[in-house]
Amino acid sequence: MEKRTPMIEIIELGKTFTTATGGTVTALKNVNLNIDQGEIFGIIGMSGAGKTTLVRCINHLIVPTSGTVKIDGVDLSKLNNKELSILRRSISMVFQGFNLLMQRTVEKNVRIPMEIAGVPKEEAKKRAMELLEIVGLADKAKAYPSQLSGGQKQRVAIARALTTNPKVLLCDEATSALDPMTTRSILELLKEINQKLGITIVLITHEMSVIKEICTRVAVMDGSTVVEEGPTTEVFTHPKTPAALKLFYTEDAQVERANGKVFRVVFDGENAFEPIIANMIIACKAPVNILYGDIQRVNEKSFGQMVIQFPNDATSVETGVAFLQAKGMKVQEVEDHDAL
Amino acid sequence: MMPFDQLFPLLLQGTWESLYMTFASTFFSYLLGLPLGIALVVTEKDGLMPNRPINAVLNVLVNILRSAPFLILIMALTDVTRAVMGTSLGSSAIVFPLVIAAFPYVGRLVEGSIREVEGGIVEAMKSMGARPMQIILKAYLPEAMPSLIIGAALATTTILGYSAMAGIVGGGGLGAIAINYGYYKYQYEMMYICLALLILLVQVIQKIGNLIARKVDKRR
Repeated sequence: MEKRTPMIEIIELGKTFTTATGGTVTALKNVNLNIDQGEIFGIIGMSGAGKTTLVRCINHLIVPTSGTVKIDGVDLSKLNNKELSILRRSISMVFQGFNLLMQRTVEKNVRIPMEIAGVPKEEAKKRAMELLEIVGLADKAKAYPSQLSGGQKQRVAIARALTTNPKVLLCDEATSALDPMTTRSILELLKEINQKLGITIVLITHEMSVIKEICTRVAVMDGSTVVEEGPTTEVFTHPKTPAALKLFYTEDAQVERANGKVFRVVFDGENAFEPIIANMIIACKAPVNILYGDIQRVNEKSFGQMVIQFPNDATSVETGVAFLQAKGMKVQEVEDHDAL
Repeated sequence: MMPFDQLFPLLLQGTWESLYMTFASTFFSYLLGLPLGIALVVTEKDGLMPNRPINAVLNVLVNILRSAPFLILIMALTDVTRAVMGTSLGSSAIVFPLVIAAFPYVGRLVEGSIREVEGGIVEAMKSMGARPMQIILKAYLPEAMPSLIIGAALATTTILGYSAMAGIVGGGGLGAIAINYGYYKYQYEMMYICLALLILLVQVIQKIGNLIARKVDKRR
């Protein structure tokens, strides 16, 4: 077991906004998270779950109304504006909309955090070119952002985020505006950065595919708080909350259901060879209806999942579930139709 | 009609005076209006340096000055102009009321241009640890530049129009010639010539503004 040192500690965080009409909206409540040095941590949730507010509280772009955020042991609420500005150089951020300065060349965009920090111009130029080299855009140094594709713009934004040698990289829906191919290449780049430079990455997304691709741990947000948290493979195989369940297979599993109990069965790559469902049907003599099935890669491991429906009689359900569990499957009843 | 050897120097002189009043006034209007426009944006509720009292005072000031019709404003300011400029007559003196009338307008133009800069860019700058002044100088102004230049062309042509109006109360330039010769002495052709020259000047200034704005716009 590697030694875990917390890089980001979020303790009892809450945020309430006051609306123009004088009412209040709770965007975050009772959020507790520990994000370790060097990990890629995913925060997933539907729109409105509070993840955008949470990520902005991590660097105090939004100041929380209650609770504490500590970065590498430093409590952000104890800092004055100037100290906070200096600390922010070690917490970079990448955005969904890239947020590049359109009137500056690519190279000058990458240089801007160093201009802010007062790095001498020659040194900043050299470093900007090194970083453009890393993200594979050295030949675009003199181009303007409007001349680049979405993926290229995000690469520039990533280069810009790395100039000040940050400890933490916050990615706010960084791939949500990109096509699947480009998304994959950006995720590869993030993984590479994490491994080579040891930067802790926090990734906010509503896309499960992003989490499965690179996040070692994941927190699921629902209703302004974190409802579930753990290693990605663990949350995938044992989702404890309807919110987590919904996120894992919502897109394709729009299944119609008649009467009968529905279960989600998850198996890892090792037992994929045995015809388990067929054997179960023979063993418990119940006609099982397969509603949905697929194979997903989570953290570079394959997992199969299947949604099956048993007929409405207690014994066949019991024997069937017992059979599957004996074979090492994770079986979970799906009660809430909405969860699908 | 006046003989050409008298007409030509008169119009040349008038054109020069008009341009002089216009550009001097535009310059001083921006000296006041640019910081004013920036202040209007940054002091508002969700701005970089929220400050409700200052924001309220600036908005009221701008609205008061903008609601006074220019001709009335010049007349009302006659004594102040004399105190500040030494006289209330002539092209130089008229620069003072022109600036007073134009700088709130320039402030609003600048405010509008800066508001066009996307909030995401400001957020990104903050996330990099930029201080408010750095955000103004490195993001707001450069990013708003094409729009600021279009605004400056608009301000200059508007001020040219104001400067012509000033002819009625002792200002110089083409406006004064049009009024003094054309209107009071019934030499209507003088009025039309001055009008044509003013139209020409507006066209040229607008064209130059558009060209520069196009050149500095890297968003396309």
